[in-house]
Amino acid sequence: MRIELTSVYVDDQDKAEKFYTEVLGFKKKNEVPMGDGARWLTMVSPEVPDGPELLLEPSGHPAVAPYRDALVNDGIPLAQFAVDDVNAEVERLRELGVRITQEPMEIAGVTFAVFDDTCGNLIQIIHQA
Amino acid sequence: MAEEPFKALADPTRRVILDELAERSGQTLFEICSRLVMKHGISMSRQAVSQHMAVLETAGLVESRREGRYKFHDLNTAPLEQITRRWLDPDRQESDE
Repeated sequence: MRIELTSVYVDDQDKAEKFYTEVLGFKKKNEVPMGDGARWLTMVSPEVPDGPELLLEPSGHPAVAPYRDALVNDGIPLAQFAVDDVNAEVERLRELGVRITQEPMEIAGVTFAVFDDTCGNLIQIIHQA
Repeated sequence: MAEEPFKALADPTRRVILDELAERSGQTLFEICSRLVMKHGISMSRQAVSQHMAVLETAGLVESRREGRYKFHDLNTAPLEQITRRWLDPDRQESDE
């Protein structure tokens, strides 16, 4: 068994595609029309082109909004990505207008921060020394 | 003077939460939980931390504010100032029990 795909719900796939590629720097890997204007839309890290994919899934199901709102209210991230330098990444994202909800914090050799992906989720970035 | 600040300060976990908010204001519940676990080895459920936060808020030692979809928590030292004034500066004491 392998983890090849994981997903986050996004409010707007077009906006999400823009944010995840232009701001976060991921690459679009798969795109399949799914009817009703929705797409099977996956992202991959350019650093690991054959690595796990992130599915940007439409958030239309009525259960999604209350679930996400409650998590965001408490500052709980829905996905975590690894970076080489959390502080530099946070500054880069802030320059691009991204809202940081948890400034970089280093505890026991682990640095992490949390930001808003503008599509309904909080995302944690982490670096383990 | 209200009882709540004394009750709130009686609990060691709540004192640690105040320490962490003193170090950095504007924390989400997630950040507070992360700090308790990673810095202090205090692993308790998010619900338990929420309850501690409620006690601190009732005592006026923590204030929460909503910004858009997020909720941030700040330390409020006003009740502590009242406590210290009571004994350190009795002439300025505003209310007696």
